[in-house]
Amino acid sequence: MAAVEMRPPRLSVGPIAWLRKNLFSTWYNVVLTFVGITLLYALLRPAIQWSLTEARWGVIAANLTLFMIGQYPREELWRVWLTIFMLGALIGLSWGVWKDAARGFAFIALGAGFAFAVIGLLLNSDVWMNWLLADAILLALYAVGWSLRARGGSITAVGWLLYFPLIFLLIAGTRFIPWLPAVQTSLWGGLLLTLMLTIVGNIGSLPLGILLALGRRSKLPIIKYFSIGYIELIRGVPLVTILFMADLLLPLFLPADMARPDRVLRAMVGLILFEAAYQAENVRGGLQSINRGQYEAAQALGLSGTLTMTLIVLPQALRAVIPALFNSFVSLFKDTSLVAIIGLFDILRIGRSVLAQSEWLGTHREVFLFAFIIYWGFNLAFTYGSRRMEEALGVGKR
Amino acid sequence: MNEADNSQDIIISRDVHKWFDNFHVLKGINLNVKKGEVVVIFGPSGSGKSTFIRCINRLEEHQKGQIIVDGVELTNDIRNIEAIRSEVGMVFQQFNLFPHLTVLQNVMLAPVWVRRSSKDLASETAMQLLKRVGIPEQAHKYPGQLSGGQQQRVAIARALAMQPKIMLFDEPTSALDPEMIKEVLDVMVELAKSGMTMLVVTHEMGFARAVASRMFFFDEGQIVESGTPDEIFKSPKEDRTKLFLSQILSH
Repeated sequence: MAAVEMRPPRLSVGPIAWLRKNLFSTWYNVVLTFVGITLLYALLRPAIQWSLTEARWGVIAANLTLFMIGQYPREELWRVWLTIFMLGALIGLSWGVWKDAARGFAFIALGAGFAFAVIGLLLNSDVWMNWLLADAILLALYAVGWSLRARGGSITAVGWLLYFPLIFLLIAGTRFIPWLPAVQTSLWGGLLLTLMLTIVGNIGSLPLGILLALGRRSKLPIIKYFSIGYIELIRGVPLVTILFMADLLLPLFLPADMARPDRVLRAMVGLILFEAAYQAENVRGGLQSINRGQYEAAQALGLSGTLTMTLIVLPQALRAVIPALFNSFVSLFKDTSLVAIIGLFDILRIGRSVLAQSEWLGTHREVFLFAFIIYWGFNLAFTYGSRRMEEALGVGKR
Repeated sequence: MNEADNSQDIIISRDVHKWFDNFHVLKGINLNVKKGEVVVIFGPSGSGKSTFIRCINRLEEHQKGQIIVDGVELTNDIRNIEAIRSEVGMVFQQFNLFPHLTVLQNVMLAPVWVRRSSKDLASETAMQLLKRVGIPEQAHKYPGQLSGGQQQRVAIARALAMQPKIMLFDEPTSALDPEMIKEVLDVMVELAKSGMTMLVVTHEMGFARAVASRMFFFDEGQIVESGTPDEIFKSPKEDRTKLFLSQILSH
């Protein structure tokens, strides 16, 4: 007899069922629900009332550009916009080519672009056009990626590989290109600096971390113990110490006739050296999850040690630790706020300097709430995008 | 065995010894295989049979004696080892497919990266091999989406893609559900009949009876008895062989 497919019983699915099951299942849950709602109301009402009536949000609106890019020359602002447009293009292309894996990030980027456009309109600023343009570029490149399908994979990958050095060149400029004059890093600030530190720190530390993780498993004692020593040394001290050391000691280690690397560069080196130790431990976890049979199968086919590592072991090991890697990305993003200690103007430090402006005295709450929202918003968006990516990458492959 | 015979031997092992720490796993194995022969090795677990065939492509290192594969002696010279590994295909008990690659990519990988053949050629050959093992329709799936029997057939195709002169099978059906054993054995029988030199560790006595040229019974790191399937099944000389056969053939 064929089994009859039945629909689930009524009121076992849907929002009402959810409410019933989670909030009103027993009499004491009903009580708890109402107590909770009352508490939330009591806590949030003054906060919302304050933010709508008393708060002087003008401090943010008036200093928005400062928050975003610090002292970066205003006439060179187009470079920042160009990096955003390029990012939109790459996200759109990835979405078209890789579909689900990049969809989370694409939705976030589209939503953010639209939200910023609306904020721009509300503030009577003409940036709204730029944000809508970024969204339009994203959608246009989505169409391009979609028509390329799988063939676009390598183009997109190369695009991402080129993107990060390219934006660094674009933001930093160089004296060799007349229309792209060098911008001293001491002028970098705000969210721009925070993001540049995060990007450079993460991108730079991952290869170093992989090398350290492989080194830690090496059969050669020198490499092995150097890696272990490095990892344990760095993990044993706080980031602030590393930043101080990079700031003070790095110039001493370099040849005397070499130009002193500037502050931001020193901070970047410090962040990379710090983060590499943690990434190495993440990657090591992934390497340990690969069973011996994979190595043996690769060897039995005649693959050399290097090929076995790059084609068989690392792709699986890195995929296994994507959540841990993304977790480290997020940590580093927040940790960049510590560079204020060595005198850099990241978004938080910009906030403190804004508070010193005479017309905005006493707007601490507004400024720090704004910084809070920026950090939290970025991390929320990033976690959402990366979770979607993890889900898409995990499908049917293990 | 005289010297003239030796010249046709594609695998020569002379007095091979191996220890795991202090444990003496292989105690002087002399086993030669001629081109085109199908040799079945059987014996109780822990008898050293898997260790022995893993020595032939140097997944394990022997510590005493000589192993010569296709005229090349196995030493610590990594170039010799990689050359031999690309001539010797291996199929494992646990399949060991690469889970992050599709079936087709699994089969193409070594020809493209080790033999440096073009992707088009490699993919064409891979599809032919997948047809030969009966699963061309699974080419674009990932190993995790296949049944055990299908995975093992992919593993055979992957090994064949290097056009090996010798195929080693290390208990290829031991991890399979009973209903899938036949599909793998069918592929192996077809391969044996095509003239491939095969060294098979297995307890599938039906397979041995059908295609084996010679059989070797291993116990406690030694070859206890060897002979044609007829000799082994009908008139085993050693008591240990009789006992073992009665145990595995009784049900």
